[in-house]
Amino acid sequence: MGMTISEKILAAHSGNKEVSPGELIEGNVDLVLGNDITAPIAIREFKSLGVKSVFDKDKIALIPDHFTPNKDILSAEQVKVLREFAREQNITHFYDTGRVGVEHAFLPELGLTRPGMLIIGADSHTCTYGGLGAFSTGVGSTDMAAAMVTGKAWFKVPESIKFVIKGKLAKWSGGKDLILHVIGDIGVDGALYRSMEFVGDTIENLTLEGRLTMANMAIEAGGKNGIFYADSKAVDYVKSRTKLPFTVYESDKDAKYVEVREYDASKIEPVVAYPHLPSNAHPARESGVKVDQVVIGSCTNGRIEDLRIAAGLLKGRKVHKDIRCLIIPATQEIYGLALKEGLLQIFLDAEAAVSAPTCGPCLGGHMGILAEGEKCLATTNRNFVGRMGHPKSEVYLANPAVAAATAVLGKIAHPDEMK
Amino acid sequence: MTATGKAHKFGSDINTDEIIPARYLNSSDPAHLAAHCMEDADPDFMKKIAPGDIIVAGKNFGCGSSREHAPISIKAAKISCVIAPSFARIFYRNCINIGLPIVESAEAAEKIAAGDTIEVDFESGVIYNRTKNEQYHAKPYPPFMQEIMRHGGLMSKVKASIS
Repeated sequence: MGMTISEKILAAHSGNKEVSPGELIEGNVDLVLGNDITAPIAIREFKSLGVKSVFDKDKIALIPDHFTPNKDILSAEQVKVLREFAREQNITHFYDTGRVGVEHAFLPELGLTRPGMLIIGADSHTCTYGGLGAFSTGVGSTDMAAAMVTGKAWFKVPESIKFVIKGKLAKWSGGKDLILHVIGDIGVDGALYRSMEFVGDTIENLTLEGRLTMANMAIEAGGKNGIFYADSKAVDYVKSRTKLPFTVYESDKDAKYVEVREYDASKIEPVVAYPHLPSNAHPARESGVKVDQVVIGSCTNGRIEDLRIAAGLLKGRKVHKDIRCLIIPATQEIYGLALKEGLLQIFLDAEAAVSAPTCGPCLGGHMGILAEGEKCLATTNRNFVGRMGHPKSEVYLANPAVAAATAVLGKIAHPDEMK
Repeated sequence: MTATGKAHKFGSDINTDEIIPARYLNSSDPAHLAAHCMEDADPDFMKKIAPGDIIVAGKNFGCGSSREHAPISIKAAKISCVIAPSFARIFYRNCINIGLPIVESAEAAEKIAAGDTIEVDFESGVIYNRTKNEQYHAKPYPPFMQEIMRHGGLMSKVKASIS
């Protein structure tokens, strides 16, 4: 019987010839990751078992990216827990400030997330690596702890939804707009417990970074994972980063999908998700909402292509006098590349603030928190109540081009609205 | 095993940022998390509840982040269980893993009113509304999840399997 990419990966990692939706399996994980918020609980649970060593010191990644550079004393203590555990267990993939990046932008750079892998992470946006053809899903700290002991995790094989996207992308639209449009269409639980598989010529023409952006937000539709076929773009990228092996799976022609949804990309103009749900989609054009802050960064849109788009629009212009614009390259390498390409100078000249890699404001941690009544337009992935600060503040989600235009005009806008 | 308490109602899509805002995530101490349970959904929640009380919410409860701090906060606040028509999948999984009972029942979620005294029997899946003298039925857990719950959580089960 035909299987989808997701099913093939789950079968391969559970010693099964095939699996079908609804089946419960135990899978051998290739990578377990956690951050400075989620790993301390996992480490505590691990130690409570009295187990001496982790299952494999090379298959665990401890990435302090949320409240770093250390936000306050308590946050410093949390990072210290990761650091000490990494030392004690000889964990290969622990990275500290000055090397570390936002986990879901950083791990692909390290070659740790590759096609055909089974990845779990104590962070909901672990689904990002589906953009590279891995089965990758978010779990809690206890699952992370159990996997650090056993190298395994239980999975209920999900049903799959196929999203077919065809046509040429509208001007200034990208992966972010495609995924915001889909979430707006199906709702924040429209893909609950399901695998979201993205196909179609728009997807084939989309850059790898655009696919990572889309996979990143699968969780915002309730999805278990997002997944893309790992074509030459994905394979070339992975080969450029590592010599470690990988397997490319393709969905069979007779694979079963519980639902198939089709979209015409040429009709998808830049989207803004208004407060307080990622599904609250509106067109960016003529939105006109006045904001106080713009954030360009995060595991969703903090990569070099995102910064190039923003720089292209900010060049020779200034951030509106009433706007605070924060630009956060997601990794040290991206930061360095942006510096080399002159993007950082463009940002500085535009009067934007550029920060070391961090999740920071995305989840209301630090580096750009909102006061009561303030509004932010961000290239991040969530806009729940209180997400970026005061419970009476508001977050609007969009792509980097809309973010740059908004920063210049002082209100949410389509780039065409700039002179 | 049963739980009995007063029902506190919430709407749909209650997310993990509302259950435990990120500004409190610089510590994983359960007492600290309990103090701020549901704060951005209802700032007075912790003043209203008594140990054993029950949260009854709309669909997709616990959506958003994977932060285990969310169910830890609810459990440490001494809420005995959460009833909703559906749960976000990472939150659901986390609740099973830490031993916070969650019950899927659209009928119960709809018919229970704030303040009703509710009794939940986890083995039979029967929810009894003492105030209204009504009974509702919940979807039973699959056997392997029942096993995790029987051990009191995932780590206890892992410990049992490795010793």
